Amino acid sequence: MTPQRQARREQLAAAPINIEVSHVHKWYGEFHVLRDVNLAVSKGERIVICGPSGSGKSTLIRCINRLEEHQKGNIIVDGTELTNDVKNIEVIRREVGMVFQSFNLFPHLTVLENCTLAPIWVKKLPKKEAEAIAMKYLERVRIPDQALKYPGQLSGGQQQRVAIARSLCMSPKIMLFDEPTSALDPEMVKEVLDVMISLAEDGMTMLCVTHEMGFAKSVADRVIFMDRGEIIEQNVPDEFFNNPQSERTKLFLSQILNH
Amino acid sequence: MTDRRSGAQVAEKPKTAFWNDRDVRAVLFQILIVLGVLAAGWYLVHNTLTNLESRKIATGFSFMEREAGFSIGESLVPYSAADTYARAIWAGIINTLVISVIGIFLATILGTVVGIARLSTNWLVARIASIYVEVLRNTPLLLQLFFWYALVSEALPGVREAIRIIPDYVFLSQKGLRIPHIVANDIHGWMFALFLGGFAATLFWRRAAAKHQEATGKLRPLFWPTVGFLFGPAALVWLFAGAPLELIKPVLRGFDFQGGGTFSPEMIALLVGLVTYTSTFIAENVRAGILSVSKGQWEAARALGLPNNRSLRLIILPQALRVIIPPMTSQYLNLTKNSSLAVAIGYPDLVSILNTTINQTGQGIEGVALIMAAYLTVSLSISGFMNWYNKRIALVER
Ligand SMILES: Nc1ncnc2c1ncn2[C@@H]1O[C@H](COP(=O)(O)OP(=O)(O)OP(=O)(O)O)[C@@H](O)[C@H]1O
Ligand SMILES: [Mg+2]
Repeated sequence: MTPQRQARREQLAAAPINIEVSHVHKWYGEFHVLRDVNLAVSKGERIVICGPSGSGKSTLIRCINRLEEHQKGNIIVDGTELTNDVKNIEVIRREVGMVFQSFNLFPHLTVLENCTLAPIWVKKLPKKEAEAIAMKYLERVRIPDQALKYPGQLSGGQQQRVAIARSLCMSPKIMLFDEPTSALDPEMVKEVLDVMISLAEDGMTMLCVTHEMGFAKSVADRVIFMDRGEIIEQNVPDEFFNNPQSERTKLFLSQILNH
Repeated sequence: MTDRRSGAQVAEKPKTAFWNDRDVRAVLFQILIVLGVLAAGWYLVHNTLTNLESRKIATGFSFMEREAGFSIGESLVPYSAADTYARAIWAGIINTLVISVIGIFLATILGTVVGIARLSTNWLVARIASIYVEVLRNTPLLLQLFFWYALVSEALPGVREAIRIIPDYVFLSQKGLRIPHIVANDIHGWMFALFLGGFAATLFWRRAAAKHQEATGKLRPLFWPTVGFLFGPAALVWLFAGAPLELIKPVLRGFDFQGGGTFSPEMIALLVGLVTYTSTFIAENVRAGILSVSKGQWEAARALGLPNNRSLRLIILPQALRVIIPPMTSQYLNLTKNSSLAVAIGYPDLVSILNTTINQTGQGIEGVALIMAAYLTVSLSISGFMNWYNKRIALVER
């Protein structure tokens, strides 16, 4: 283990727990999607979640900002437990940003308006201030010149970067990414990953569902493998990729890396 | 030389027979079409005039000044049989407009409610809404109008046993819905002026609130101030004037009520028929519009921390409206044009009155031309307005 890795590990161990998922179960009707999932994420930690299609990766991270409801167990985000209390849910959603596979930009609003909407209506910021913040993050994702265009006028990679900027405008403490690059053409994947890497370097707590193994190797503090609603294995990237423990992980990695 | 279509500089054309040349042909065909239309038009007009002359029927609109001599069942403008045809037709236009405006207003509300109900997660509500839509949408409107008319004029009790919806004031019977009249009072003018003033104040308040939000981010209340501005001053003046309210109650005398105003059975049947029928189409438009907005839009709005009502107002509705508005226009036009079925149950709308006029004067062409002109004016106004609104909210795409 390199000294940097060692230092990083100690730093994370000392950091407070940001997200705590304990014994979480979820069903869709009869179908058991999440089976006893346990996960503790430290402040500033970068986690990559992978696993075969239908294994419950999206469902897990969508439970963290209550886009889905879990039926058993506890989820505590930044000290607030997710219950049916609407106020709690609103507080947590303000702290947690989310980026979707299909971007989900608002097509009837300009890029700038997409970014200022939540600061204006949720944080109640003055318009000027919201626009200044939006421009700051649009510069950060390197598309300030597109601010007055509509999402339909942008390329996929640009749209996803706007979506990231839109989340950042709420200054979230945690960012969730659900396969942010899998709807993109190969040549646009890099521009989005670059933005995500720069976020990671700034110390953002990140949970990222992705099959970009290069990203996982260089950025993740921990890689989690899910299958059939369970966390099968988790480890630091080096160990995870070079020395997988379970058969299912090996099979999955062989399929994905031979691609 | 320059190519006429692309504007590009091209070399001299190779020689072709001139009738095979693309540009010559285009001009030639257009000339032929115009000549054809003119010839057909001239033939029709000439024939008609000759026929009318040989039957000694005068042409033109001079009949409009003559006495109509027939009475009209109900009219919002003062009218008697001694008035001119022009006035009778005017009464018909007003009746058609009244039905259309009230019909469009009610059908929009009912259709929106039913459309949303069809999407309800409550099984019973969704079921009832979809049965309502399927039954009413799939039977002929004329049949439905007969049904409602029969229901109003047969199934409702006679005048003496009228249903007292509000005892002493509002009665429902075979003769329609009878309501009290409000006796005009000087204060009404003041109240109306104050209402208009309140309307202006509301607009002003809303604009100021938007500016305030832009500058400070703080939201100001909108709903109660709006209600207060609109009705508050008028209500206060009314109260200070000693709350004057004098009603002319409908009173049963002999075979019918005297006093107050009436919604005739014909009008009720026509309105109910048009509104319920059109509402089913509007319901389907609304449902399709809401479904057209992907679930991802809700999720993105929620993930940003927007509460549900704001997500609906700011994200979902603006997108759904773009899908809803264009077909809504044609439903409004349909309702307006379908109102001419009034002739079947005897509501004196424009068509029904012009029918009588044509029968009495023999001026068929002028009559039909008037009908067409009137409907065209109304229809073009509706679609003009809706197109303007649609353009205002149109989506910019790549
Ligand atoms: N709303 C729903 N109702 C019923 N079943 C659902 C629903 N949403 C997801 N599922 C099922 O739950 C399982 C897990 O779904 P999930 O989207 O979490 O998988 P995933 O790991 O993200 O897969 P992918 O890599 O394809 O995105 C799948 O089998 C899916 O069919
Ligand atoms: Mg998924």
